[in-house]
Amino acid sequence: MASVVEVRKLRRVYPLVEEPVIALAGVDLTIDPGEFVAVMGPSGSGKSTFMHIVGFLDRPTSGYYAFNGRDVTELPEDTLADIRSREMGFVFQAYNLLPRTSAVENVELPMLYAGIGEKERRAAALGALDAVGLLKYAQHHPNQLSGGQQQRVAIARSLVNDPRLILADEPTGALDVRSTNDIMQLFRKLNDERGITIMLVTHEPDVAAFAKRTVTFRDGHILSDTAAPATPRSLDKLGMAIV
Amino acid sequence: MKRSIIARMAILALLRNRSRSLLTMLGVVIGVAAVIITVAIGTGARTSVSDQINALGSNMIIVQPGSLNLGGVRSGSGGASSLTPADGMAIAKLPHVSAVSPTVTLRTQVVSNGNNWQTTVTGVAPSYTYIRSWPMASGTFISQADTDGAAKVAVLGQTVITNLFPNGQNPLGQTVLVKNVPYVVIGTLTAKGQSGVGQDQDDTIVIPFSSMLERITGQTTLAAMDVSADTSDNVDAVQTEVTQLLEQRHRIASGMPDDFMVRNLQDIANAAASTAAILQLLLAGVATVSLVVGGIGIMNIMLVSVTERTREIGLRLAVGARRSAILWQFLIEAVALSTAGGAIGVVIGTLGSVAVSLGAHWPAAVPLSAVLFSVAFSALVGVFFGYYPAAKASRLDPIVALRFE
Repeated sequence: MASVVEVRKLRRVYPLVEEPVIALAGVDLTIDPGEFVAVMGPSGSGKSTFMHIVGFLDRPTSGYYAFNGRDVTELPEDTLADIRSREMGFVFQAYNLLPRTSAVENVELPMLYAGIGEKERRAAALGALDAVGLLKYAQHHPNQLSGGQQQRVAIARSLVNDPRLILADEPTGALDVRSTNDIMQLFRKLNDERGITIMLVTHEPDVAAFAKRTVTFRDGHILSDTAAPATPRSLDKLGMAIV
Repeated sequence: MKRSIIARMAILALLRNRSRSLLTMLGVVIGVAAVIITVAIGTGARTSVSDQINALGSNMIIVQPGSLNLGGVRSGSGGASSLTPADGMAIAKLPHVSAVSPTVTLRTQVVSNGNNWQTTVTGVAPSYTYIRSWPMASGTFISQADTDGAAKVAVLGQTVITNLFPNGQNPLGQTVLVKNVPYVVIGTLTAKGQSGVGQDQDDTIVIPFSSMLERITGQTTLAAMDVSADTSDNVDAVQTEVTQLLEQRHRIASGMPDDFMVRNLQDIANAAASTAAILQLLLAGVATVSLVVGGIGIMNIMLVSVTERTREIGLRLAVGARRSAILWQFLIEAVALSTAGGAIGVVIGTLGSVAVSLGAHWPAAVPLSAVLFSVAFSALVGVFFGYYPAAKASRLDPIVALRFE
């Protein structure tokens, strides 16, 4: 089975007038199906740029990127949009739910752009809401939900098209400790039970501890890449903090 | 991705912001309503002008004697005694002439039933009612036999009837003295109202022109002739033919002034209609400007909306919307706003036209073409003013858009 993400010598340079900024200076990384990878690093380390390129929101200056074994560096924008709508899920720090729109309609959004029929759409959206434990909130609007619940709706939205990869960009950045724990356990459960590949960007070691592998960026390079099975110790630490 | 799904998303987005959508439409609503009302009033005015002109007589041409020059003293028009009944007979034989009626008028006192009244006595031919499009109210009109025999018969206008028979007696069969000549009333004319110049057309007694010439004025020349062309398209041709015929009959050398005048009601009708048309164009122009201003209002709000929904656009792009889907959604939102505004404007404009025609007794008609034009134009306004905001939305960088505060 092909790797979900495979990048080789990936470079991204922002051509500023005074001095070009090198965000990624030749990155090699492979993410295989079923992995749960935390991408860490301080601001300006290149981790966000890396996530944007992996999610086709940005293009590399040079290098090779294959998604599901398919070279995507030269694909036209519309094709990338279509791949996004069918094979990727996004979770953002700010939830980004549509206001004045019910949870189930928010979850359906990627399927609308994938051109999936109404019945199938509704069934999949309710299934995804069930998976995040919010089935009974299907008709609620975002402003009737707590932050943690809104983020779970967003996770349901990322799940709904049964993606090959979920990209989570600081998904707990706006949440309190208890909600953070809930959300991270949900990600872990989706990874453990459904084998969904997840790439999580965070700068909090406690959050990264839920992942099974941690890649740390610094100055556009990968500083370390450790297979770190979630230690019960770090889970306990978080658990204790909320008691 | 299906266009219908994008359209549904666009409509849903508008419905989620109901009050703003309505306020955004308002400019187009007012613009279209203004267009509809001005066009309705303009059309009504033109119809009523052309009705009035037609009421004067269908395809009518008036031939009058010219002025007379006696030793340098020039009489006014009609001063020359140049038109004769024979001229009329010759004109009647021209192609495209459907009827000719001489007219001889005299303002005099008439007496009947113990009442007297000063009125205009008009001597005419049997074709007079046809040329003037003037139906009878009762009895019969002057016949050819009456004309040939210079019969002492008269047909009364409504004003004369009111004044000579104030108690509602039936005038038919009564005798009216015109210059002491007794005339028998054989018919009455329907009320025609005022002429274009404010003259009461019903204040008249109509008698055979032969009878008028022989028994009352003692003249042999005519005051005027009414000539009717067979169709309105031939009015100009008949006018030319009549002029040439009379120049020939009156032996007027080319280059010399004519001793008669040929006037055409079509000219008057055209002038009146073109005045109304220019006025309507002017009003419609002003209304169209307001429609364009309404379109600019839509563009403003759409630009605000794009800025306000930057994060939403970023999200849509991230979850797999093509840029064209974003473009279409915002374009459809703008067109839906302007078209709905146009439709509401048509309804309000139509109601307004009805109110104007009822309240101000002003004839108003809403032509279908105006309705179709305003709805199409407002949709076009939506495309034109919606494209820029939509293009702006579709060109957003999703990374920047998702971080937009």
